[in-house]
Amino acid sequence: MVELEVIGGANGQCGGSSDPCESAGCQCDSAESDSRRQFLQQASTFALGAVSLTLFPVSVAEGEPAGGAGGGLGTDAQPPMYGFLVDTEKCIGSGKCLTACRVENDVPEGYQRTWVERYVHFKDGTVQVDLVPETGYAGSDQPPIDPEQVERAYFVPKLCNHCEDAPCNQVCPVHASFTSPEGFELIDTERCIGCAYCVQACPYGTRFINPDTGTADKCTWCYHRVMRDEDPACVEACPVGARLFGRVDDPDSEISQRIAAIPTSVLKAHLGTHPKTRYLGISDEVT
Amino acid sequence: MSEIPFVFPNDVHPPWSIMIVLYPYITGLVAGAFVVSALYHVFHREALKPVARLALVTSLCFCAFATLPLLLHLHRPERCFNVLVTPSVTSAIAGFGFIYSAYMLVLVVEVWLVFRPAIVEQANSLTGAKALFYRVLALGVTDITDRSRAIDSRLIRVLAIMGIPIACVLHGYVGFLFGAVKANPWWSTALMPVIFLISAIVSGIAALILLYQFISWRRGETADRECVGALARYLWMFLVLAASLEGLELLQMAYEAGGEWPILRALLTEHLAVSYGLVQVLIGSLVPLLLLLTSFTRRLPARLVMFSSGLASLLILVQVFAMRWNVVVGGQLFSKSFRGFVEFPLHWMSREGLLAAAVILTLPLAALWVAGKILPIWQPAEAGTLADAR
Repeated sequence: MVELEVIGGANGQCGGSSDPCESAGCQCDSAESDSRRQFLQQASTFALGAVSLTLFPVSVAEGEPAGGAGGGLGTDAQPPMYGFLVDTEKCIGSGKCLTACRVENDVPEGYQRTWVERYVHFKDGTVQVDLVPETGYAGSDQPPIDPEQVERAYFVPKLCNHCEDAPCNQVCPVHASFTSPEGFELIDTERCIGCAYCVQACPYGTRFINPDTGTADKCTWCYHRVMRDEDPACVEACPVGARLFGRVDDPDSEISQRIAAIPTSVLKAHLGTHPKTRYLGISDEVT
Repeated sequence: MSEIPFVFPNDVHPPWSIMIVLYPYITGLVAGAFVVSALYHVFHREALKPVARLALVTSLCFCAFATLPLLLHLHRPERCFNVLVTPSVTSAIAGFGFIYSAYMLVLVVEVWLVFRPAIVEQANSLTGAKALFYRVLALGVTDITDRSRAIDSRLIRVLAIMGIPIACVLHGYVGFLFGAVKANPWWSTALMPVIFLISAIVSGIAALILLYQFISWRRGETADRECVGALARYLWMFLVLAASLEGLELLQMAYEAGGEWPILRALLTEHLAVSYGLVQVLIGSLVPLLLLLTSFTRRLPARLVMFSSGLASLLILVQVFAMRWNVVVGGQLFSKSFRGFVEFPLHWMSREGLLAAAVILTLPLAALWVAGKILPIWQPAEAGTLADAR
């Protein structure tokens, strides 16, 4: 799993500290001092490794640059930072993103890493919210809505908000929920105990316990693809560009320029989670 | 403007089962029973002497099984020790392992000290395997002179004093576990830890009244009126506190009528009407409050006081369970869309099903029965008092 590569890479670097003698170019002629140094080195490595595994696994992972798969992006000292912009004015409810996500991430039936809500305000004052089918409305057996009865309607794609102050991360008892160096909220599926506290803590309903793995699951913004310099699957599949992903630390990127130019908002802002998934064109009725 | 219900797709799978209802229920009984034993060992309430040992062993028996519902709930139980090995300091759940371990240690040592003289006497008077068993239990400490017992007594008091804050933290923390979830307006209130703690004490006292009356009846003895009366009065006081806090919490939610109030109002009036309105408030709180008033007068016949205290205790045990149910299940009945409700699945035979829940609730009682066979839990009221022991 990609999540594990982050943890593994961090620990690997921690355990593989370089020999200070070698780096200084000096030679050690005594076999005894060699073995003592080797012993001390191994002991300290082991101790540091143990500490990193027990107390500070996340902080170590966060402190290191993206290892392995992350090498393809951003060679700056600071890791690249990403954001997601959902343009509800463009979304047409095709459902392409839903299938792309399910196929890309092997999402089990009955659960969603991403979904699209349809808000329909009828002229009689009724508000209907429902889920866009994966096939889109055209391919589903849902009865069509009479356009004459509709005052206004729009689609709202939902996904993990990758909050800066993520409550899911805060409540995880074993550091299985963690923040990647690039700001992705991820799950270490080898560490997760499946207590579901993070599912309860997420205000947006984006987390679930995967029935196949018994661990927490959610949208990762397709971290594995992004580390390969690709867009998230849902972004790539969207036929109208309603989902925009990119680097927010680059002022010239499309997402940065759009966020700078147009007022955007986040979901449930009053909870202080500071989502990194931003929305364009939604009203306060969207939860 | 009318709205058609809508729930987020993942919310149709409520992640916490009846096991998470049992967990605060059992830890509540643990904390409540310990408080009763502390009332005797620390605050010298002599009237509680007949149940002091029972309270301590009851607390230990329930504590021994407090982790079982959590283990059954975990989807990866084989990784449960990650909570102790790689704990996150920002997680309420991570604190459980440490608080629970500390409490269990205090309980085991206190129980051992309380029963040590009896264990040594059994080791000396019995022969063969039974004597060996008690010698092992004595851990090689066979001195039961008056001086040694006086030291034990002091240690018991110290442990009982230490145990009170640990018991409070143990259960207050359980309330915090829910109260700190800002995503859920039904849980997110600073009163939650306090409410959990007070209702824990309520459930512990109620359980002891029932256990005391049941064991007395099984032994063909009469439960001590002074003891039951004192327990009933404590129960009344803590029940007043618990009911007031729960009522105030709800009143404040309704009065403030914030953005999430419509879904909470619907939750209470449509989905929890029976378990909250009828069971928790009416039958489980108001009726027991009236019944327990009989313990405040000496004019009523003892049988009436015993009956009303026992009935009130039974209703209170149901009420506290309903309270845990209403919090844990109620908080998962509505979607985080705040636009619709979901079904709470209940099964008989699954790992987290009703049968497993019933077995878990029975196990501490079975352990208590076994403990009663090994240790002299029963302590008649007319036997030596705490003052004598000191």
